Amino acid sequence: MAVKVLKPGLATTVQDLGRPGYYHIGIPLSGAMDRHALVAANLLVGNEAGAAVLEAVFMGPELEFTADATVAITGAELPPKLDGEPRETWTSFRVKRGQILSFDFLKQGARGYIAVAGGIDVPVVLGSRSTYALGALGGFKGRKLEAGDELPIGSAAATGKDGRSVARDLRGQPAGMPTELRAMPGLYWHRITEAAGDGFFSDTWKVAPEADRIGYRFKGGKPLEFVPREPPFGAGSDPSNITDACYPYGSIQVPGGTEPIVLHRDAVSGGGYFMVGTVIAADMDLIGQLQPNTPVKFVKVDMNQALAARKSRSELLGKLHNALA
Amino acid sequence: MQTRFSFGGDEHIFAEVGEAMSLEAFFKSLFITNAVRDARIKGVTEICPANASYQVKFDPDQIKPDDLLTELKRLDSASEKSEPVIKTRIIEIPVLYNDPWTHETLMRFRERHQDPNGTDLEYAARINGLDSVEAFIKAHSSAPWFVSMVGFVAGLPFLYQMVERKRQLQAPKYLRPRTDTPKLTVGHGGCFSCIYSVRGAGGYQMFGITPMPIYDPNQNISYLRDFMCLFKPGDIVKWKPIDRAAYDAAVADVDAGRFAPVIRDVLFSLTEFNRDVDAYNAKLDGVLHGR
Repeated sequence: MAVKVLKPGLATTVQDLGRPGYYHIGIPLSGAMDRHALVAANLLVGNEAGAAVLEAVFMGPELEFTADATVAITGAELPPKLDGEPRETWTSFRVKRGQILSFDFLKQGARGYIAVAGGIDVPVVLGSRSTYALGALGGFKGRKLEAGDELPIGSAAATGKDGRSVARDLRGQPAGMPTELRAMPGLYWHRITEAAGDGFFSDTWKVAPEADRIGYRFKGGKPLEFVPREPPFGAGSDPSNITDACYPYGSIQVPGGTEPIVLHRDAVSGGGYFMVGTVIAADMDLIGQLQPNTPVKFVKVDMNQALAARKSRSELLGKLHNALA
Repeated sequence: MQTRFSFGGDEHIFAEVGEAMSLEAFFKSLFITNAVRDARIKGVTEICPANASYQVKFDPDQIKPDDLLTELKRLDSASEKSEPVIKTRIIEIPVLYNDPWTHETLMRFRERHQDPNGTDLEYAARINGLDSVEAFIKAHSSAPWFVSMVGFVAGLPFLYQMVERKRQLQAPKYLRPRTDTPKLTVGHGGCFSCIYSVRGAGGYQMFGITPMPIYDPNQNISYLRDFMCLFKPGDIVKWKPIDRAAYDAAVADVDAGRFAPVIRDVLFSLTEFNRDVDAYNAKLDGVLHGR
């Protein structure tokens, strides 16, 4: 069976849990920006947790099914419609052959995950079906979907159950205003003054329009003041330059000291800008659900707090598995 | 050189071997990342050497962050005793300097450049005290370069010129990055040259273009069938200036699947290199050309 793309949406890509092991040659992890939502969508339709799904950002695609199927949409509040009739998010439902799945306007969040029982069956490249568009690698022909594409669907071993849903407290979506992103100061933290460091964590930032799978830019906080230095050979003359180095996922670089950029799943693997710290792994999913203009505060944590947050995020995932077992 | 360690969140350890770029810092980062790979430490998921630093990604559910840090510090002090010798490859990369495609692009983004009235090559020649573009091309292509990092995007090599620091070519990045760079552009920023593996944004000065693909996700290119990226950190590159006719012929050869890059195995000793740079580079050239 297959799914025909009638309208592609803004930037809809095939994603799974990513492609570890190649970051040292510049090929990033990729995979769902909101991994928890991807797992939820898969479990709802009876797939393995890490099967390939569609990730739609800000706007849903329009899809026609060539055979009966079970689907679920999780993540952002991107209300699905089946032949024009409203359906629930975070709930599995049946689609009949020839029916058309479309979406209403985005109500909340940024990225919706569309799972089909059987999974999107594009070829596995370097261990993953995820799309890395910058490198034209993986996914459907290495790119975002276009009208006319036909996506192969794997044979659904489990037929997929409909009418199953995920309770609100198991969805792991951002809550509260401003959204709090916990970060560990470090890396090149010593390059800014103490006052600048305090300002970074006390200011309220807003998601800038330049926010995509590579990274999220933030604006609105005070520019960071640098500790004076003699530029090291190879670094470059700007005080925000370093000798080109690796960038951790979640690392917060601040070119020119003005607008922080948090690198995400399609991160550039390295470069010449200093970083003030790193958003902890437990909060990376939340970033994937932030719309431009969303107010954000970075909250300073240490390793112990990061590991505690990691544990509670992993427990949430465990509860999700239990609820949909 | 005292390595500075820092946690990058709960999943990375970042190690700065040197604040400034040097072959010594690069060799140490390469040595330690090789040692980490050989040690097969449980929970380590990515090992990334960079120019003068490195990064290890790990799963803190499998190894305690402090335990991994202790292990890395141990490997770091062990590296002091190691002989700076590597088994590597020297690869010849043909370059059409001053080509029409980067020229069109640099004219399109001229208002983002330090010198809106010249070209990137003219600017780079002037600020490096060379009296012509030809002299600059000669300086760029006469000595080999180390691949000191692979990354930014898939398969992109950062290259470090193998001459004494006072002879190294330097050029700032564009004032504001371009939104476009032709695929396979030979660029330069700070003390590093690079080859853009894919088309896209970029801030490096643009000097020319190579007909030789270095990244092929479809693995159709004959010499990229084993793996889609050509370069590894530690490779040595020698640029070969070519003219338009040779460029066109090479492109046709690549398309026909008969382009055979010149790649030779070589043993590189940093100690011997430092003893007499020019003589050592001449020896490397001999290896490349089978002399």
